[in-house]
Amino acid sequence: MAALIEIEHLSKRFGAFTAVDDVSFSVARGEVLGFLGPNGAGKSTTMKMLAGFVTPSDGQARICGHDVQAAGIAARRCLGFLPEGAPTYPEMSVDAFLRFAAAIRGYRGAEASERVARAIDLTTLAGVRLQPIETLSKGFKRRVGLAQALLHDPPVLVLDEPTDGLDPNQKFEVRSLIAGMAKEKAIIISTHILEEVEAVCSRAIIIAAGRVVADATPGELARRHPSGKLDDVFRAITNPSPSRAA
Amino acid sequence: MRATLTIARRELAGYFATPVAWVFIVIFLVLQGALTFGLGNFFDRDQADLLPFFQFIPWVFLLLVPAITMRLWAEERRLGTIELLLTLPVSQGQAVLGKFIAAWAFCAIALALTFPFVITVNLLGHPDNGAIATGYLGSLLVAGAFLAVGEAASALTKNQVIAFVLGVAICFVFAVSSYPLVTDFLGRNAPVLVALARRICITDRFLSFMRGLIEARDLIYFASFIGFWLFATSVIIEHRKAD
Repeated sequence: MAALIEIEHLSKRFGAFTAVDDVSFSVARGEVLGFLGPNGAGKSTTMKMLAGFVTPSDGQARICGHDVQAAGIAARRCLGFLPEGAPTYPEMSVDAFLRFAAAIRGYRGAEASERVARAIDLTTLAGVRLQPIETLSKGFKRRVGLAQALLHDPPVLVLDEPTDGLDPNQKFEVRSLIAGMAKEKAIIISTHILEEVEAVCSRAIIIAAGRVVADATPGELARRHPSGKLDDVFRAITNPSPSRAA
Repeated sequence: MRATLTIARRELAGYFATPVAWVFIVIFLVLQGALTFGLGNFFDRDQADLLPFFQFIPWVFLLLVPAITMRLWAEERRLGTIELLLTLPVSQGQAVLGKFIAAWAFCAIALALTFPFVITVNLLGHPDNGAIATGYLGSLLVAGAFLAVGEAASALTKNQVIAFVLGVAICFVFAVSSYPLVTDFLGRNAPVLVALARRICITDRFLSFMRGLIEARDLIYFASFIGFWLFATSVIIEHRKAD
């Protein structure tokens, strides 16, 4: 069976600046891909193109076999997406927001309530269910975004920094949640936290200046540096000449 | 269609979740009342009709309608929720239309709340209620036309003030395009445009509705005007959504 996420020669240029440069990879069911790179490396742009929000300058992306540009709606039905910064409508309550997402995804009546209840349960939002989102802390807001992405139990999850702003307990919960879903889904998470990659990812891609510079399991990556630490590998790959920079 | 209505419902609830809705409705009713009874000489005219009420509608809408639409897309951009909305399984067209329907329904609510004018004129005399009904229909169409322009202006920017000013400016051009001010200027500089300017004037089209006439060409005009600006919104969103 084909991979659930397929990205082929994807590029994005903004004027003379190339944000994403000929990126290709695929993610199969059961894989959790950690998407790493320094700020501005093109992680979010790649994820936005995969979600159909940014139109690629070149190349294609497919989710569950649907081209994200030509068959965008079919592709987005299979996708749970947490955009960068986890944007949500501040004046809505958690419940109203998730009900809106459920209605957009075509759930009605009891089924919608069931979906919302399950998403709230998975992301432990029950205590703030009726609170306006604008009154919530950063960590709660992020979990609301996550609940929205999980609502329809999609086969593909694309999460842009899902644990940013969470406290250590919440980080642990979200990681367990992701690990628990890993078997049935293809998941991409972008993160700056390298220990997260070791904790939940079965594979890691490092992107720098818009190009894929490494694609391996976290263990293999770590062995590329004498210290055996992912941090050192990351620095060596994305910042190849620190002596010159200093 | 369901997705469109879901978006419309969320938007409409959004108006009432903030003070925008209440401020708009109160200002609209106060302005309409003051203009109708003050400037419009409602009582001194000694006529049982709502002409003084309707003649100010396009001008009050010109000022207030862009205030309803300014947040439609500018706010989504500022909050980043545009990325959320457009990565849900909805088309751009559905999102544009859903927001328009919400804003239009809101204007309909505001217009409906002017019912005391209708009661007043019916208590004082025997007005032609058919003409009043067409006047309301025309008012709703004028609101729709301005809303469509305003939504396009909102799609252009993440700054609500710019969206508002741009919306008012474009609506103003279409409100006065048949006025001598414009046609004289065009007559001197671009005579070919004079006929066009006369035909696309929103306030002119509204006049026949005020007089109790519903003409097919006016309905077609409003439908194509609204359609054009909603299409323009969709094109703007497509090209600038990620900016």
